[in-house]
Amino acid sequence: MDLSAINPAVLIASLMVAAVPIMLAATGELVVEKAGVLNLGVEGMMIMGAVCGLAIAVEAESPVLGFVAAAAGGAALSLIFAFLTQVLLANQVATGLALTLFGLGLSSLIGQGYVGIKPPPTPRLDFGPLADIPVLGTILFRHDPVVYLSVLIVAAVWALLRFTRAGLILRAVGENHDAAHALGYKVQRIRLAAILFGGAMAGLGGAYISLVRVPQWTDGITAGAGWIALAIVVFAGWKPWRILLGAYLFGGITVLQLNLQAAGARIPVEYLSMSPYLITILVLVIMSAGRGRAALNAPAALGRNFHASR
Amino acid sequence: MFILEKRPTPSRFWMAATPVLAVILTMIAGGVMFAILGKDPFEAVRTIFWDPLFDPQFSGYSRPQLLVKAGPLILIAVGLSLGFRAGIWNIGAEGQYIMGAIFGAAAGLAFYPSENRLIFPLMVAAGAFGGWVWAMIPAILRTRFRTNEILVSLLLVYVAQSLLASMALGALRSPDGGGFPGSRNLSQWATSANPELIAGTGMHWGVVAAFIAVIASYILLQRHILGFQIRLAGEAPRAARFAGVNPNRLVVLCMGVSGALAGLAGLFEVTGPAGQISIDFNSGYGFTAIIVAFLGRLNPIGILLAGLLMALTYIGGELAQFMLGLPSAAIQAFQGMLLFFLLAVDMLGNYRIRLGFGRAA
Repeated sequence: MDLSAINPAVLIASLMVAAVPIMLAATGELVVEKAGVLNLGVEGMMIMGAVCGLAIAVEAESPVLGFVAAAAGGAALSLIFAFLTQVLLANQVATGLALTLFGLGLSSLIGQGYVGIKPPPTPRLDFGPLADIPVLGTILFRHDPVVYLSVLIVAAVWALLRFTRAGLILRAVGENHDAAHALGYKVQRIRLAAILFGGAMAGLGGAYISLVRVPQWTDGITAGAGWIALAIVVFAGWKPWRILLGAYLFGGITVLQLNLQAAGARIPVEYLSMSPYLITILVLVIMSAGRGRAALNAPAALGRNFHASR
Repeated sequence: MFILEKRPTPSRFWMAATPVLAVILTMIAGGVMFAILGKDPFEAVRTIFWDPLFDPQFSGYSRPQLLVKAGPLILIAVGLSLGFRAGIWNIGAEGQYIMGAIFGAAAGLAFYPSENRLIFPLMVAAGAFGGWVWAMIPAILRTRFRTNEILVSLLLVYVAQSLLASMALGALRSPDGGGFPGSRNLSQWATSANPELIAGTGMHWGVVAAFIAVIASYILLQRHILGFQIRLAGEAPRAARFAGVNPNRLVVLCMGVSGALAGLAGLFEVTGPAGQISIDFNSGYGFTAIIVAFLGRLNPIGILLAGLLMALTYIGGELAQFMLGLPSAAIQAFQGMLLFFLLAVDMLGNYRIRLGFGRAA
């Protein structure tokens, strides 16, 4: 094994790229859960975003339109979830699972015509001379716009939840929907908006996998990224900044394990590729074991349906 | 505007009618999907639901397949339904199914080429143990550290898939296979084979186990204090705690049973219809079983019927793929749609729809 082949600056730069899909999806899910809704369909919405993004990017020859279509695709799928759980009061866990199963099937149906086709490349943002700074340039200034956008979105969500009235209302709905209803807030509408935002973010994250990271279409391309995003929300204790940390941590593990595979580590490939999932489980255990702290942060009405006439 | 009004008690009529309604709605929506794909919707629905059973040309092959495919689905779904009733969400049955197959196959292959008759029972026990162990991980983590069992059990599916690849390429690879991935063929080695018990029916030991599981869980839920506790914990968790139900014990029990049954399903599959441990011998039964459990309303008898229906969509899907060129992914989407419609019409049991105007409630 030749560890010297791994360049730390390139490693950090690529972990930032690897973290983007999870970060986007987890930020969206954070907003959904803050509104008191548990949407387990992140994996399904991500893969729908991945396939819609790729299909439109190829047809329109524009990665930007691809990302827009991906957000629309993810949001469209989440609309089904919103209708079932908010209007028809279906069980959120089961509906989320249905969303994932349906999304996997539908995406592979749409993706059939696009196997092996390369999408148009997403250009890097041009920072001019900044990109030539030795180490820092490689790490910070040679990425595509989505990398910066994902960080901006985390910051925006943090600011929204912390400083604005809208954020306060969203949190109120998630903590106690009966009280929020009594105050005259439209619980269902607020939750619908949150669910749609979550779907759009998951779609964007999925498209980043199919347009930038891989970039092509294969069935099941997201490979559990949606579930890891759900775990990151727990890891983050429902705090936006910690999602940034969590996503970079998992991006780091993914990239490191890929680099070890390439460097010909003594550990078999299969064991390296299961490591992100094992470490996710480990982190979940550590977070939930710490007496109360993480559990107390969970929105109080998480996963409970609201029916006004009770 | 429509207003939902909660019923004082769930409607028995709608409880029974909603699965049927959901199947009909799915057929309509599926027909629309097939039409969009450029196939004749009526022909597609007939090919999926009618031809495998009654077409003289295909039914000879398809009818036995019904039990072959329904067996593992029912076996896994019965186990899952116990947990789902108690509000314990084991959604990683696919992983437990894979681990059962690996453990069982390894136990058998260790004795290759012995002809001892005790080897098959040993493999069955090892299969159940493998699934049980894999399910115990989320169960113990939940009872010990309050870790979310949904996420852990699901993430372990990906770990199991990686393990399966490593087994098929490494430890369990057939020495006579010329370097190709995959274990020795277990269904051709008489000691470990899980053959058709009655010719032409598709009945193998896995199907027998599925029927036993249905009966046992029916008795458990209807006649045993444990079944009562499971139902109580799901419907009224606070009342269950006051009644002295130990939630941790229920978690370990429900996860363990569902894991062991999924492991059994994996073992019977790998020794019978699949034949060997290969990278992709698992055909997603662990996930489809979730749909089966809900379609059967988490009731053992319902699951039996739902399993047969879902098996029919698999067989009919293959037939439609062969006859009409319908993509296999269309069937997967069709099965997902079924779960949506089920959940959508489910509220008819608990709510009444009233016509009325948007009075602020």
